[in-house]
Amino acid sequence: MDVFFQQLVNAIVLGATYGLVALGYTMVYGIVQLINFAHGEIYMLGGFGALTTYLALPSGTPAGIALPLMLVGGIVVSVTAAVIMERFAYRPLRSAPRLAPLITAIGVSVFLQELVRNFYPNAKAARNFPQLVNPDYQVKLGSSVQISAPQLLTVVVALVGMVTLSTFVRRSRTGRAMQATAQDPDTARLMGIDTDRIIVTAFVLGAALAALAGVSSGLQFGQVDFHMGFITGVKAFTAAVLGGIGNISGAVLGGFTLGLVEVMATQYAPDPFSGGAWKDAWSFVVLIIVLVFRPTGLLGERVAARA
Amino acid sequence: MHPPRLIRVAAPLLIGALVLSACGSKKESGSTSGSKTLTIGVVAPLSGDLSAVGNGIKNGVDLAVKQANEKKTVKGYTLTVDAQDDTAKADVGATVAAKLVAASGVVGVVGPLNSSVAKAVAPVMAQADLVEISPSNSNVDLTGRGALATGGTQTRPYKSYFRVVASDDIQGPFAAQFAVGSVKAKTIAIVHDKKAYGQGLAEAFAKEAKKGGATVLKTETINPGDKDFSATITKLKAEKPDFLFYGGEYPEASLLTKQLKSAGLKIPLMGGDGVQADDYIKIAGAAAEGDFATALGAPTDSLATAKQFVTDYAAAKYADPIGPYGAYAYDAANVIIAALAKSTADGGKTGSALRTEVTKEVQNSDYDGITGKITFDQFGDTTVKVLTVYQVKGGKFVAAKTDTFK
Repeated sequence: MDVFFQQLVNAIVLGATYGLVALGYTMVYGIVQLINFAHGEIYMLGGFGALTTYLALPSGTPAGIALPLMLVGGIVVSVTAAVIMERFAYRPLRSAPRLAPLITAIGVSVFLQELVRNFYPNAKAARNFPQLVNPDYQVKLGSSVQISAPQLLTVVVALVGMVTLSTFVRRSRTGRAMQATAQDPDTARLMGIDTDRIIVTAFVLGAALAALAGVSSGLQFGQVDFHMGFITGVKAFTAAVLGGIGNISGAVLGGFTLGLVEVMATQYAPDPFSGGAWKDAWSFVVLIIVLVFRPTGLLGERVAARA
Repeated sequence: MHPPRLIRVAAPLLIGALVLSACGSKKESGSTSGSKTLTIGVVAPLSGDLSAVGNGIKNGVDLAVKQANEKKTVKGYTLTVDAQDDTAKADVGATVAAKLVAASGVVGVVGPLNSSVAKAVAPVMAQADLVEISPSNSNVDLTGRGALATGGTQTRPYKSYFRVVASDDIQGPFAAQFAVGSVKAKTIAIVHDKKAYGQGLAEAFAKEAKKGGATVLKTETINPGDKDFSATITKLKAEKPDFLFYGGEYPEASLLTKQLKSAGLKIPLMGGDGVQADDYIKIAGAAAEGDFATALGAPTDSLATAKQFVTDYAAAKYADPIGPYGAYAYDAANVIIAALAKSTADGGKTGSALRTEVTKEVQNSDYDGITGKITFDQFGDTTVKVLTVYQVKGGKFVAAKTDTFK
């Protein structure tokens, strides 16, 4: 039983990262119906932003000061990139056919990867990330169930991010304007909502959450690399679709579901299809089954009502 | 298909091909100083996770070519290097291989690094009879050795493919003999990345370890590019292994050993030559201490001939370190250069006739390289079977045992 609970912990850690990144996909999709394939790169830039901040700090800065600064640095870089991306790559195509911004998103994704690969010092291979939170420090949750300090941090950061976002969208004026824009952009504009500003807000919030995920990934694995956004981006997109793209709670649920499927498939899948190499295949099996019975995803019906 | 659409696609391709072939012929006849130019191609990952190793290969070839030009080893010709980035992917490898084949000035190729890429590159090279020497491939199927394990007869799949290192069915068992015999491993966990190299090596290791009397747990697999191995580690931990063999390369191995030890499973990880890279220790840090990795050949710094190479490499001030295969790439390039010197001696052959002649001369090589004597059997395999086990001690790979595989 201990193995099961340990795997559950692993699943929650993995799902937290997927969920954080998935939120960015789902918010942007909910408002402009754009699948922002460059969102994985925003996550990657968050990691590099934090690394740059760390390198700029005088050596010997205590972790308690360095860590918040790194989070801020990562968020600043991600948000800046997302705002520029929205302004110059997506906004001119707002009224273009749906495929144009999609292809643009893929182009932006390649561009950002190559930008880091070619111009960030020594980023052609993985760069070591400072391990400010000791991964050898294990918090005991049971007789043999444990969670390492950076994993715990990942979960805490993700939960705080998710709760903050949800409160913001439901309670604040801008949040309600976001919901209105998602439901009907034209009417929202007629009601005096600056939809351009709302769209930028969606990109900014998504980028900030992705940056949190990028930094915690760096802390957890001790490295960041230029293509780390690709796999995580694909997984998070899958999570968003699984949960019902456009739905904020759906992205979180989808993230945790995907994490759970991957981890449990690694542990319990039947023999010829067992092990880590098959976990992605199992994830997509689950995705297909969900989409067959609920084409709009787990929590997708509200999207249907919206659109 | 509408014909106009086809034309729209075909026209740029054709123009592209013309431009490329123009480049090729220009290179061949690009005689500025009176001497003709021949090119040695390199196929290796020059970007991405394995770029540290790939650039070591490129630089090894570059150094060999520079020295040959200085010594005028190939009389009447100036040699150049054309390094192509395969990004460690098979499809990219096939594309750049076709590019090298199309450039008529290319008379030999060193690379690729990965066995999986070699499976896509070797057929392209063999068709043009362009000689290809890999400094690092170890998959058994590349020279048809795979058939031997099941009692079949070995037939050579690619007539122009050679390698200067021993294959997995030698390296895997060599590692297993060390693990069971010297480390006294009792319960061994096996993890691999399902790539041609990793899986082949892990299977060869498991077979020999079982023969040696160790308990081998059910093989676990991971995906190349994964970072979170917690689920796999939790699964392994329940089985209480005292040793782990990883078939694959250092980017995943370094994260695996780190997470293994963080999770409290403090057992040594052993890998093949794909793990024996300085970056493994750089990424894994203290977690790498006590881990093992096998490599092909004797340690570079133990060979007197290799010391000169290390000095020359340092003097050339390359941006990247030699890496585990820089010395082999240097030797592979020198084998091609020596074959070229013989093939061009009569001065008559050019183009595809020259390529065929070079392939023939490489087959008959008897070259004293910095990694030892280099001769090939009729299948393209090296006849030298010296291997070394390294252990991480004080943040460095230290040779633990060098032996000839029996």
